[in-house]
Amino acid sequence: MLRRGNGVVGRGMVERMVSSMLCGGNATTTTCSRGFSAEVGEQQRARKINLFTAINDALNLSLEEDEKTLIFGEDVSFGGVFRCTSGLLEKHGSDRVFNTPLCEQGILGFAVGAAAMGYKPVVEIQFADYIFPAFDQIVNEAAKYRYRSGGMFSCGGLTIRTPCGAVGHGGHYHSQSPEAFFMHSPGLKVVMPSGPKDAKGLLLSSIRDDNPVVFFEPKIMYRTSVEEVPYGDFTVPLGKAAVVREGKDITLVGWGSQVGVLRQAAEEVEKNDGISCEVIDLRTILPWDVDTIAESVTKTGRLLVSHEAPLTAGVGAEIVSTISKECFLNLEAPPLRVCGADTPFPLVLEPFYLPRQSRVIAEIRNSLAF
Amino acid sequence: MIRYVAGRWGASAALRAARIGGGSLPELPTSSGRSVVVRGYAAKAGEAAEPSFYEFRDRKIPFVSQLDIHEPSLTGGMPCFRVLDETGQCVLDDASAYEVDEELGRKMYENMVKLQTMDTLFYEAQRQGRFSFYMTCFGEEATVIGSAAGLDFKDHVFAQYREHGVLMWRGQTFQEFADQCYGNHRDYNKGRQMPVHYGRKDMNFQTISSPLCTQLPQAAGAAYANKLANYDGITVTYFGEGAASEGDFHAAMNFASTLACPMIFMCRNNGWAISTPSDEQYTGDGIAGRGSAYGMPAIRVDGMDALAMFHATTIARDYVVKNQSPILVEAMSYRTSHHSTSDDSSRYRELSEMKAWKARDPVARFQIWLEHKGWWTEEEESVLRAESRKAVMKVLDMAEREQKRPLRDLVEDVYDVVPEHLEKQYQEIKEFAKKHKHLYPNDIPIE
Repeated sequence: MLRRGNGVVGRGMVERMVSSMLCGGNATTTTCSRGFSAEVGEQQRARKINLFTAINDALNLSLEEDEKTLIFGEDVSFGGVFRCTSGLLEKHGSDRVFNTPLCEQGILGFAVGAAAMGYKPVVEIQFADYIFPAFDQIVNEAAKYRYRSGGMFSCGGLTIRTPCGAVGHGGHYHSQSPEAFFMHSPGLKVVMPSGPKDAKGLLLSSIRDDNPVVFFEPKIMYRTSVEEVPYGDFTVPLGKAAVVREGKDITLVGWGSQVGVLRQAAEEVEKNDGISCEVIDLRTILPWDVDTIAESVTKTGRLLVSHEAPLTAGVGAEIVSTISKECFLNLEAPPLRVCGADTPFPLVLEPFYLPRQSRVIAEIRNSLAF
Repeated sequence: MIRYVAGRWGASAALRAARIGGGSLPELPTSSGRSVVVRGYAAKAGEAAEPSFYEFRDRKIPFVSQLDIHEPSLTGGMPCFRVLDETGQCVLDDASAYEVDEELGRKMYENMVKLQTMDTLFYEAQRQGRFSFYMTCFGEEATVIGSAAGLDFKDHVFAQYREHGVLMWRGQTFQEFADQCYGNHRDYNKGRQMPVHYGRKDMNFQTISSPLCTQLPQAAGAAYANKLANYDGITVTYFGEGAASEGDFHAAMNFASTLACPMIFMCRNNGWAISTPSDEQYTGDGIAGRGSAYGMPAIRVDGMDALAMFHATTIARDYVVKNQSPILVEAMSYRTSHHSTSDDSSRYRELSEMKAWKARDPVARFQIWLEHKGWWTEEEESVLRAESRKAVMKVLDMAEREQKRPLRDLVEDVYDVVPEHLEKQYQEIKEFAKKHKHLYPNDIPIE
């Protein structure tokens, strides 16, 4: 039996407010940790669940399939401030699902060391906004662990889960989308799902992948996004984008909750303007799927990339630059980026900051009119 | 057993009261959502004065009526354990508990001499421009070899950079050290890191990285994992007193303590972090003095006394194995060398100070003791020194002549397999290099 403290430590009043709002009031144990049957046939069955339950499913499955899987972070023992780890401690024990002291660099350092011993730590950073204290451990250590040791050592079992993105009232530190910071770090994989099914399939792939993965979960979708998700084991491959809507006039690229915004914009311009949009969910940000996007742009001749994070040096810049080179002769209009402003994420001005549907629609029309 | 307490804020007041043996204490409200609990239920005036306590989680803090400031101890602090004084004389009345046998004593000494010789000649080779960088561990030979001797081969080591003696103790050859410094094709790191960033999978020695102190929370995580796996060995992490100012030190000490990680925190306090003396690094009682704040036991030891280091490490290791929890060891020494080959330490410290410490050479100190025991002779000394010098010069020449790793290694090991975009970049670089060979070093195979 390992000795450890039994305290559940809160971050502070602001976080409590935000998380309780997001969790829909009192955080109670949910029914999401249903058993996983290995029976044939059961695998194919699906049920309608939300995104946090899909994450919980994937975590439970990982703990079941490999005793080296560990889950830790701040407040994960009681189920997590977003309920993603609900029921896991009771099922798998406090040696494998446990709270850590409130220290992000410690969580990541601890995880890198456990991974170096062949374990599979799936750690949680409570909000992506608080991943920066661990930036050094992620970028200088985790990302370079295999390369610098000539392949002798690796922390490939490591997965970092963290809630990200706008949530309506998150202000500076409960809204950020820091994926571009990590995209610039060779050795990492960076993933963001856009719905419950992908969330489960991509998370299982991330946990099994033999490289450190930063897995961003759009927290606004935890409860609002519901879809059919298969029981049992299935994976969605890393590094592959998904064409979620076919079209011929313009290619729209996004990830996370922005995929929903692009789909709605696509429907609107189809109906009102007769513009046919192809919508692509990038899914993996590093290494990203150049081929799927290049193929689409070759067909449509137009590109619009949209993300919540600030414009300058955002992921959109990388995509636009690469596609401009790959598809130079096919482009009929300048590739566009519809992104967050180059400001800290604002509180009351959030509606103006975000690259919402109306702005995307205006830019689609601009592109077609070019 | 699952240790899981009901309710978001943990145990009820009654449970807490029971835990601290105060069953008669009044029931306290728990809905506040705060773990700060009992205030002011001390005896009322006129009632019999019962001891009253501030009940905080599982601790019982006595109230006092006198407001005091708790000053840190400004003098003394934790004492420092030693066996041999500066002249190599045993200072213990009864040394029987702190001796080593002849075989171990000789082996420790031989390794310290070899380390000193290698450092001297590698340092000179670097100054001659034969490779890019070097760091010696002059003044700390006893710290490193003494502690290495007190560990088990299967103990996992997470080092900083001035601990190559641990690898030497575990069997790394002069040639292998030289291959790493030259980054030739035999370097285990494939020539990717600066010199002295050694690592050996087969010697349970994690590859060194430059960012200071990052290895400490990693060691804690490794210790935790090894404990779950019932691994038959502990984890040890080395670091300097400067690195202990990093946030990762705090993270690691606190995690190791709360998660009961079986490991040794081995601090080399050599008085200097490049040009920064330790009194600009901290004002507390060194590093060992921090242990109790984290609920961690600590040992302070003379790091220039190989015997003391060996025994301190052995005892610390036994403690870790027995208690399955961490311990902190602070080895006091003096960095008699420059920080690195990029540093001239005469610019920030007195020559006289360096000379005084050099005179306390830990290697010479141990040699005197060995000779006194009749386990070492002048003749053996000159043979060992001469042969070590010869061997080190030879491996430097050999390492220098070896080819470097191929260009392909640029993109290997970034990931488990080379991803498409990286393969493309490699092909571009390779094609360019093939067409412009004169622009590139000729000891790197392009294909």
